[in-house]
Amino acid sequence: MRSELLFRVAIGACAVLLVALVAAIGLELVRESSLSIQTFGLRFWLTKTWDPVAGEFGALPFIWGTLYSSVLALLISTPIALGIAIFISELCPAWLRTPLVFLTELLAAIPSIVYGLWAIFVLVPAVRQLEASTPAVLRALPLFSGPPLGVGMLAAALVLAVMVIPFTSAVAREVLKTVPVVQREAAYALGATRFEAIRSAIFFARTGIVGAIMLGFGRALGETMAVTMVIGNNPQISASLFAPQYTMAAVIANEFTEATDELYLNALVEIGLVLFIITLIVNAGSRVLIWAMSRSVAPAAPRQAAAATAA
Amino acid sequence: MTRDAGRRFVSAVFVIACGLAVLLALVPLAFVLFFVVSQGVQALNIGFFTQMPRPVGETGGGMLNALVGTLVLTGLAAAMAIPIGVISGVYMSEYKGTRLATATRFAADTLNGVPSIVIGIFAYAVAVLPFRQFSAMAGGLALGVMMIPIIARTTEELLLLVPGALREGALALGATRARAVFTVILPAALPGIITGVVLALARVAGETAPLLFTAFNNRFLSTDLRQPIASMTVQIFTYAISPYEDWHRQAWAGALVLVTFVLVCSLVTRVVTARVQRLRG
Repeated sequence: MRSELLFRVAIGACAVLLVALVAAIGLELVRESSLSIQTFGLRFWLTKTWDPVAGEFGALPFIWGTLYSSVLALLISTPIALGIAIFISELCPAWLRTPLVFLTELLAAIPSIVYGLWAIFVLVPAVRQLEASTPAVLRALPLFSGPPLGVGMLAAALVLAVMVIPFTSAVAREVLKTVPVVQREAAYALGATRFEAIRSAIFFARTGIVGAIMLGFGRALGETMAVTMVIGNNPQISASLFAPQYTMAAVIANEFTEATDELYLNALVEIGLVLFIITLIVNAGSRVLIWAMSRSVAPAAPRQAAAATAA
Repeated sequence: MTRDAGRRFVSAVFVIACGLAVLLALVPLAFVLFFVVSQGVQALNIGFFTQMPRPVGETGGGMLNALVGTLVLTGLAAAMAIPIGVISGVYMSEYKGTRLATATRFAADTLNGVPSIVIGIFAYAVAVLPFRQFSAMAGGLALGVMMIPIIARTTEELLLLVPGALREGALALGATRARAVFTVILPAALPGIITGVVLALARVAGETAPLLFTAFNNRFLSTDLRQPIASMTVQIFTYAISPYEDWHRQAWAGALVLVTFVLVCSLVTRVVTARVQRLRG
């Protein structure tokens, strides 16, 4: 009995360490940003002047850039990711399933820096051409205003979309798997077409699918390198897809080693702190949804969906 | 009748749209791989692996320092993350349902979702600031923190798949719990756990953001853990945003090496997973 307890305490210590690690990350972020929090308070998040030389730090442009790029990326990636999930889990012949799953996983395995490299030299020139050939009528709209630089919001959103697709589609696939087969068979028995049967399955799985989309959102918010390399790194708030902008992760990546005085460094850490909190909320929310969905289906199912989340 | 035809039409359009979505996602994959291979092959030679970077203006040279750096950094990360990850995975599966197991699982999933750049800030705060020095140690810490949750969750998942009869058999023979875990249960799940470790390694080897201000960079060959160290990813980043043709070529070569590594890792894990699944029937 003694050795049993000893074993439990010994390996429990490692588990405690893991929990403590998350707490430590939060604590360190608060500690290292305290100067900025005290100096600026809420003003930090509501003003848009980012001038390290003058000691003026307003993070609004970064929040805007992060949210705008992530939402745009979701608009592009969600239909594609759901289409893939549906195709793999419902439509494709069995022999094609494994290779397709492998290829979409590969999309997730390619390092961010490689996407960035590709985006700088291949995607950005292509986007520049696309922007330059946009008709003048459209260019008058705020959405397409500004010079065709190539680097900017559009290029960033496109790279982000590609990078988010595999995450959303993997979780959506797992979620669709938990829908009981009876659901579809019943629909077919009533004379439903394929689309109608799948629609009923999707409706059944809607909570989990929203969770899958949120998980992709969480990924997009924190993505750093590829975005940093193509978004143009200009702290301005613009609705234009062509405009160079900036994200929270990108400003940390670019300016952290240049931050010479303490206030500057604290300001950057505060941006990291908020990024931490936002992704925490989004990820927890998505997990709750996926969990609620799988729990409502079968007692054995939650593990599967949870595994997909972890991957 | 016409209504039925309409429904069938909608259904056919939907099926085609789903197929198109797959193609649409494979296009960027094909494009990225095509450019990485075609550009990378042109720049890749033996010198890339055996030589140091040359100053701007001199052509040739390699990334020996960055290759060594990445090995050192991932080695440090693995040394830190494998024990912590595997053991907390064992805890989660052995004592599942306890409050600590649930908390650990939640912490692991949370950590998995934390952006890598934020983990970089953490490593900076605990391993760079106190010593006023960028170091390989700090970079390894950042990568290790990223590896822990992946390994912990894979270990947990795989241990839960080990048949209960194995555990019961070991306990029935009088083994203590520790003995049952280390001599029967863990070995049964070992191929899968190794797969998880390899995947985690592949993932952190491609990380750039958490290294920018922890391991920093180093133009020289270094294995000193207290000094800044180069890495493939940071080197690719530096080269990619530079204005020099020759550095761009080096960046593509680096990307090819990185992607090949990731690809080999995924293929190996695929094969191992398939074999494990077949054994399990």
